[in-house]
Formats: sequence, C-alpha cells, structure tokens
Amino acid sequence: MLRIANASAFWGDQPDAAARVLAALPDLDYLTLDYLAEVSLSIMAAQRERDPEAGYARDFVGVVGSLVPLWRAGSGCRIVTNAGGLNAEGCARAVLATLAAAGLWRMRVAIVTGDDVLHHVRDGAPLTNLETGEPIDGIRPRVATANAYTGAAPIAEALKAGADIVITGRTADPSLTVGPCIVHYDWKPDDWNRIAGATVAGHLIECGTQACGGFSTDWLDVPEPENIGYPVAEISEDGSCVITKPPGTGGKVNVQTVKEQLLYEIGDPGKYLSPDATVSFLTIRVSEEGADRVSVSGATGKPPPESLKVSATYRDGYRAHGMITIFGHDAVRKARRAGEAVIKRLANAGFTYDRHLVECLGTGASVRGLVSRMSDTHLLETVLRISVADPSREAVERFTKEIAPLVTCGPQGVTGYAHGRASVVPVFGYWPTLMPRALVRTSWKFVNGGVA
Amino acid sequence: MKALHEIAYARSGDKGSSANIAVFARTPGMYEWLRENLTAGVVEEFFRPLGVGTVVRFEVPNLEALNFILPAVLGGGGSRALRIDAQGKTLGQALLEMKVDPPET
Repeated sequence: MLRIANASAFWGDQPDAAARVLAALPDLDYLTLDYLAEVSLSIMAAQRERDPEAGYARDFVGVVGSLVPLWRAGSGCRIVTNAGGLNAEGCARAVLATLAAAGLWRMRVAIVTGDDVLHHVRDGAPLTNLETGEPIDGIRPRVATANAYTGAAPIAEALKAGADIVITGRTADPSLTVGPCIVHYDWKPDDWNRIAGATVAGHLIECGTQACGGFSTDWLDVPEPENIGYPVAEISEDGSCVITKPPGTGGKVNVQTVKEQLLYEIGDPGKYLSPDATVSFLTIRVSEEGADRVSVSGATGKPPPESLKVSATYRDGYRAHGMITIFGHDAVRKARRAGEAVIKRLANAGFTYDRHLVECLGTGASVRGLVSRMSDTHLLETVLRISVADPSREAVERFTKEIAPLVTCGPQGVTGYAHGRASVVPVFGYWPTLMPRALVRTSWKFVNGGVA
Repeated sequence: MKALHEIAYARSGDKGSSANIAVFARTPGMYEWLRENLTAGVVEEFFRPLGVGTVVRFEVPNLEALNFILPAVLGGGGSRALRIDAQGKTLGQALLEMKVDPPET
C-alpha cells in the first residue's frame, strides 16, 4: 500500500500544512503540493519580468525548510510538486540552498520541464480556443504564458532514478499522484484501469482539505475546522484507494465529503480527460469503511486523448477593486448612490472605463439577480465594492484615489476604509486550447546545488 | 415547499468562464425525484439572470448525483470578471436555495 498526502491545494494555502501532515505521519511515502490554478502562471510571468530568478511558488521553499526537522528525524517522505511554475530550475536551486544550509546534502532534487509551449505560440502555431472556437491570432501578440498540462511519466522516471523532491511546471494536478504510483507498483503505461484509479485518487486530494470537510455543503457539522486535516490517499496495487486524514486532526472524511470532491470542477463524468488516461467516473464505487475512511474503487480507464490541453494567458489591461462599509438606515440606497457618484466624478475628470461594476455586498451580490432585492431596504449595513477595468493603467490608478474621499463626501456611517488604497493589478485573460502531443517535449533532470 | 438543500447537497467550481454544479441526493429515493425534476432546463432558467448559456446535465447514478455544466455563467471567468464571485464558488449554494416540492418520504 502506498500512502500519498496532499498539503497544498493552491498558491496561498496554509503554510504549516506539510509539516503538520508529516509530523502526524512520519512514515508517509509521498507529499504532493499543488500551487497552480488557471492563471497562476501569468502572475509568475509578471514576477519573472521584474526578477529573472523568480517565476515559481516561493512559498514552497519555506515548506521545504519546515520539513527539515522531520527529514532529520528520519522521515523518508518524498515530495512531488508543481511549484516550479515557469522556473522549475530556479525553484530547485532555492530548495537546494535551503537543504544545504540544513546539512541535508544527500537529498536529490529533480525538475520536470517541457510544459512551456510559448515558443510555439510566438512561432505562429494555428491554435483554436477550446471554449469559443476563436483563433489565437487576435490575442497572439499579447500572450503572456502558454503551458501544456503534462503527465506522470517524467515524474515517475525522476523518482525511479532516486529523486527525493520532484519539481514540475504545469503538470496536470492528478499526475502528481499518478507518478509515484507508476514507480511504486511498476505499472505498465497501458494499465488504464489502474492509472484511472490513481488519477481519481490524485483528483480527490489535489484540493487539499476540500476532501476532508472543507468547502462542504454541511460545513457547520464538520468538527474542529481550526485543525482540519489534509487528505491522505492509501492507494492499492489495483489503483483503488482509501481516502483518510492524519490522526488527531479535525475535519471529516465521509461519503458526502468525498462524493462532493469527486465531481468538483468536472465536465463529463464519463470522460474525465487527463494526460495519463481518459477516466470514467460512472463505474466508481464510494463506501465508508470506517471512521474518516472512505473507499473509492472501480474507476475505469482508456487511453488519453491524442492532444494535450494547453492553458494560455494574455494581457488584458488593468483592474482595481475598492471596498468601503456603509452602516445606517437605507444603507444599500446610500451605497449604490455613493458608488455611482465615484464613477461619475471620474468621468467628469476625463476617466472612463472599459468595464465597471458597483456591488453592494450583503444583498446577494455574489449571484446578482437571483436573490430577491426586497430585503435591501431592511439592511442596516452593506459593503460597497466598486470595480473598474481598462487598458489604461493611468485611468485605473486614478480610480484607486477616489474611494477614500467617500468618508467625508459620502453618506454618514461610512467606515472600514483603514486598509489603504486599492492596488492596481494587471488582468490576464484565460485562453484554453489543445496542442498535439508531439509538440510538447517533456524531460527531467537532477539539479545540482552548486555547493560541494 | 422545501429548499433544495433539505433534500440535496452540492458543490460548484469553475472551468474558464463556465462553471459546474454537482448536486447529490441526500437519500437514495430522492435521486429519482431529482433526476426527473431538476432538469437542465430548470437549472438554466434559475441561472438566467447571470447570463448563463445552454445548460448541459450529466447523470451520475452510481453517486446519486447530477452534474450541471453552466457555460458563460462567470462573466469572463476567474481572471477577467469584475464581480465578487468570479470563480463560481457560490453557485452551488445559490442553487440549493431553489424552492422544490418533492413528495414526503
């Protein structure tokens, strides 16, 4: 049996999760850490523009530091992560420096590269948007990143060669789990049902605590949310698994939390596409086999698609959001009026925007139009949120200076403005497409720290 | 009338400018009722104010679940949309507020 845990669902997840998991389970086989969402790479691209050594999830270096005492104490847990982002080698060098400073000279760090296909976009590859069918030509000059979702094979090769830490770029999230399974069980590349099972296990743990009661419909019934456990997949040779969590943690693993996560961000459940296999969820059986232990079996697999999914991002101007709290009778009417006044004042000063939005949080703004506005007049408090987006950085910059004045020129009862000015952020559009596998050449290598 | 959350639980998330909502029956018997009554058309009508495209529904009987794909519901998606919920995190909770009238069990 192979035990793989996840300790990061996204770039910004709990920084002490990995150390807590490993302290509770020192003989864990693998930890996976996921840092990449659809547009994370565009943020890394912006960071790399300012600093060529950047372009990866620096948080991961801190995680490695936090694990040093556990490795020193004898844990042999290996790590697979996509923290490399756009600069896996830079990430590996920073990790090696941390390991060297701690005297862990023998740990070997490998990187997987080849997911970056921006050069194909620059060279004029005729790509089509997966959602809209539009050709890429309209945005080609503005494309900031283009990365293929690569599979488990290079991860497995690096682990087989003895890597203790494997750092990848835009590997598909479940592949971080599939890689270790392929090595551990020596599965053949066409063991589709087994690979499908491991893909499901990887999918279940990739969002961290979301498999353990986090984000669940019945969250109020989830015990000890302050100490919620991260998920552990105990994967068997046949690819089936038990989802559980470390002892002594809060949260809950039951049929409901696992089923909810199984269909999280899923399209056709009969055809889940990963670079390692095409998986049917329609044959999966989910059952409780003990307290906080849920068995997941029966996934069936077929060969993966001939093409790989590519996430491209393109520069799309700037935006900013400003928030301020308004309390008192007619709070929502006051908030809307104040929001419109800000936009009008800017227009009078010569600043108009491609898009703007005034929201009154507390009135159902998250799903505007679905929740009746009848209750607005009874609300004593709302958060006014004003957003603008425009190609002109100057115009967006000017907007950020118009929120605070509401304190004196807006309605009585304005508060909550002490957090400073809103910041201007670049907007990156998301542009998914497909690319033939032959155009995506992945490889792996060990990185040396440069310290003897 | 009941709220949908009394007979079902759900989870939503984003894929580009689309979102999915998976709806799960709380009891085995309720899955059949959901399958017959919570159609793609009903869900599409519910989310019309958000500008949703043509809703597609997948049946997942082994999990007693229905998976709905809601195209274009996020107004540009996680990176571009200005609205407070650009990633569809709240859509499951919104659908669970739908008023339904299932038979007493």
